[in-house]
Amino acid sequence: MDDLSPPDTLLPPNFLGWFSSRGWAPHAHQIEMLKAARDGDNALLIAPTGGGKTLSGFLPSLIDLSERPREGMHTLYISPLKALAVDIQRNLESPVAELRLPIRTETRTGDTSAAKRQRQRSKPPQVLMTTPESLALMLSYTDAEKIFKGLRCVVIDELHALAGTKRGDLLALGLARLARLAPLCRRVGLSATVAHPADLRAYLSKTGRADGGDVRTVLGRTGARAQVDILTTRERLPWSGRMAVHSLGEVYDRIRAAGTTLVFVNTRAQAEIVFQELWRLNEDGLAIALHHGSLSAEQRRKVEAAMSKGSLRAVVATSSLDLGIDWAAVDLVVQVGAPKGVSRLLQRIGRANHRLDEASRAVLVPANRFEVLECRAAVQSIESRTLDGDPTRPGGLDVLAQHILGMGCAGAFAADELYGEVTSAAPYAGLSRQDFDDVLDFVATGGYALGSYDRFKRLTLSDEDGLYRPASPVVSRQYRMNVGTIVAAVTLKVRLGRGAVLGEIEESFVQSLLPGDTFLFAGQLLKFLGIQETTVNCAKGGQGDPKIPAYAGSKMPLSSHLADQVRAMLSDPTVWTDLPPAVQEWLRLQRLRSLLPTRDGLLVETFPRGKQHFMVAYCFEGRNAHQTLGMLLTRRMERAGLKPLGFVATDYVLSVWSLKPVKDVDSLFDQDMLGDDLEAWMDESSMLRRTFRNVAVISCLIERRHPGQEKTGRQVTFSSDLIYDVLRKYEPNHVLLRATRADAAGGLTDVRRLSDMLARVKGRITHKPLPRVSPLAVPVLLEVGREQVFGSALDDLLDEAAQELIDEAMPELKEADGQRGGGRGGGQGALPL
Amino acid sequence: MHSSPNLTLNGVDLLADLSGALLWPDRRLLVVADLHLEKGSAFAQRGQLLPPYDTGATLARLEGVIERHQPETVICLGDSFHDRRAADRLSRPDAERIARLTAARDWIWVTGNHDPEPPAHLGGRIADAVTLGALCFRHEATAGAGGGGGGEVSGHYHPVAAVRARGRRVRARCFASDGKRLIMPSFGAYTGGLNVLDRVLAPLLGRRFQVHIMGREKLFEFPSARLEPDLERAFRMPAASGVVG
Repeated sequence: MDDLSPPDTLLPPNFLGWFSSRGWAPHAHQIEMLKAARDGDNALLIAPTGGGKTLSGFLPSLIDLSERPREGMHTLYISPLKALAVDIQRNLESPVAELRLPIRTETRTGDTSAAKRQRQRSKPPQVLMTTPESLALMLSYTDAEKIFKGLRCVVIDELHALAGTKRGDLLALGLARLARLAPLCRRVGLSATVAHPADLRAYLSKTGRADGGDVRTVLGRTGARAQVDILTTRERLPWSGRMAVHSLGEVYDRIRAAGTTLVFVNTRAQAEIVFQELWRLNEDGLAIALHHGSLSAEQRRKVEAAMSKGSLRAVVATSSLDLGIDWAAVDLVVQVGAPKGVSRLLQRIGRANHRLDEASRAVLVPANRFEVLECRAAVQSIESRTLDGDPTRPGGLDVLAQHILGMGCAGAFAADELYGEVTSAAPYAGLSRQDFDDVLDFVATGGYALGSYDRFKRLTLSDEDGLYRPASPVVSRQYRMNVGTIVAAVTLKVRLGRGAVLGEIEESFVQSLLPGDTFLFAGQLLKFLGIQETTVNCAKGGQGDPKIPAYAGSKMPLSSHLADQVRAMLSDPTVWTDLPPAVQEWLRLQRLRSLLPTRDGLLVETFPRGKQHFMVAYCFEGRNAHQTLGMLLTRRMERAGLKPLGFVATDYVLSVWSLKPVKDVDSLFDQDMLGDDLEAWMDESSMLRRTFRNVAVISCLIERRHPGQEKTGRQVTFSSDLIYDVLRKYEPNHVLLRATRADAAGGLTDVRRLSDMLARVKGRITHKPLPRVSPLAVPVLLEVGREQVFGSALDDLLDEAAQELIDEAMPELKEADGQRGGGRGGGQGALPL
Repeated sequence: MHSSPNLTLNGVDLLADLSGALLWPDRRLLVVADLHLEKGSAFAQRGQLLPPYDTGATLARLEGVIERHQPETVICLGDSFHDRRAADRLSRPDAERIARLTAARDWIWVTGNHDPEPPAHLGGRIADAVTLGALCFRHEATAGAGGGGGGEVSGHYHPVAAVRARGRRVRARCFASDGKRLIMPSFGAYTGGLNVLDRVLAPLLGRRFQVHIMGREKLFEFPSARLEPDLERAFRMPAASGVVG
């Protein structure tokens, strides 16, 4: 049988020699990948980090080119990170040089010079490393066919991080086009261990379906199981908060005992605080660095380089270091704060000790009691090897719009043919012809029912050949300046004195600063001086409590899988013995004074406190879903005359307070809240506006940059809010609004998860009226006043500002009006605790 | 006229309407500024296919406020049309709506920088400025110059104001007035805004003035001391001294 052919027939002598010269032997999965190549199959390699995964992807191409040297592009490598593409190119240089292979390898990213791009177009290298955005750009060239027609292999690295995102959608559409330009091109996906490998098989299949039969799955060697501990603090375990400052002394001790430690946190704000606090404790002067996405690329490269040289003892990092090339030297990973999801946690843990035969070591540092439960649930999941992973969602219509425009730039196309091509990409396999036609119409004419833009088309449809073409050369220029699915918030550069740029912070944060205010950034205490053009000028030091930049969208909600595990653990006292005594005590008191939440039901407690009535719902569906639920419940309570004053949502629970008590909990939580109320709230919600802005930019309705206006500071040239208001009123079913609602349902509003929960708990809601706050409710009540609630109406806020003015002028009136400041959907009434 | 006056300009009682229009009840006069009709199609011409409903939306709001207040005279304070060719791009129904509006009452198109020559075929009179009693109506405020005894109503700047509440910043269109001079908000659906604290407006409004911010259900009045600047112009540092200004 074929599969028993010895490895040496697949691995030529020069390659075998190269392996043994390094003291290596080819891994079984590397041989499997060679077989897939020999048989012309697409291949999905699932393997933990380490173990030569990337080389496995390239090996077949290197051998093919070594045996059959040729000009023209042979292999395309696509990475989610520019830096990774550059690193991989450097790593590949050594076998190419040592084996004297007739192969040119080059990178092409947004940073590549125009001259080099031009050269790559006329004389492509055999192996090109690039990103999904650069691929989209190249595919829009009129000579794309010439560049790509000889392509034999496309390697997609970190596939798990791309599939299921908008960048992944864009890449899937690009792959569908490549399949047409280069029919002989194989697809190779490299992925970490995932919950649903079938989704990745579908993504790689040229049929767009998991059962397409054209993708071979190769499993890498699973390494030793990670050794994960939860730090049981000697200090008092906090009830709430997310910074885990109480434990950092113990974290510092672990850093001192280890060789090199990666300290992962969840947000950039956390990174700044943890870094600052570790340095306060750093009596030994250990080399501890900071790494997050807002720091300048130069700063980050410096840290990464120091890391590779092994000259650092620890790096405090956000997801900015989740992906990347391996650092053999890391021997401990610390996760500060809740892990939020098992897959991400495993990815992070995997960054320690890439020798597969040794277990990775990791320590989880919960910041509060609920996080202890979440950490425990995560450790159990790792032991039982169950992963979280959301089922795939359909590809974004905004991304499709961008792609169609790009394909128009590449050359004339027929709608039927493009529809066939697009639906061969997995995210769009279920795309209806109607939706496709609507998106195409949007791209060509704006797609408005009014149809008044016949004169201003972007694509014209020819009566003679039935093909779509760009209406003018401007269209291609506009497309090329706006390609990509990453819509950054408006940011400003942070400059220290006359020196280096430290990184970028979001405009909204800068707006909250007054000259003289201090803030923490790039691990330093900075004093805000002023703004010059698009730069924030700062000096070192300063007085007063520093502010910490808040970054939009940096909070990731608890995964459904972990939430389920936490509920299971709460409902089963026999497993509590693994928990720290303080947590066990807390849960026992809860059982005594109230009830424990069950795995499939929903516990709702109500109790009076001061003059207000509180309701706490233990949903465990993540912050976004809870916020949406809070908005909907307060609307409904307002109508029922319960006078709601405000709510606060955490990842675990939702608390709402009102002037009158809630009695009929069952009808309050009825699924019908997802009807008119949801629609009415969503339309007004600032979250929908933010989502629409992204959709409008990605779909190229609004330009980030316009030819001739490259250097304006502002990235978006037209206020998306004005368009949103008009479109919502005059054409509520426009394809872009449909795309916006679909995005929000799975994202910022998490309606999908909320609706799943309401269906699950129907008939299983336990209402427990209590005389006073329960032990389990304490953490959320401590969050009251600390959490920002989105979506307050314009008038509520203006009213409040006006009221402040009145209070200032006539303080004696303030006492009499103590209950003010709530309002529907709104407020953060002060809670005296 | 239903509502009572909420601001006084050069001794004249006026009503700043939630719609963004200004009323002079005693003279049954209604004023709107900066309609920017056909701004959407101007963007469409250069490839940005914004929803083509802006003209319709602006006219519907204008018809609404006229219906509510039944003015005898309407003044459009300039930049009524986004560009010189805007009137040619009007749809036939929209052009007819405008003609009906202008035919039913005294209608004055004040010229603006975007429409130095407003179209003649849509009805109404054309004027560079209009003086009525103690007030002068023109497109762009001129420093130091008032009309008819010093009171002036103008548009052009699309003023917006920002205030802070509950740690959040709220920014919306507004009327801005120092008692002698009133700068009106833009009425058009696709018109953005300039913060009233921008230094461009400093010579016109001085340090102390009042704004009426347009909420969704009512107007909110604030003194200028209570307002927040926009970022770009907020704490711009004089290049030489480095002193925060």
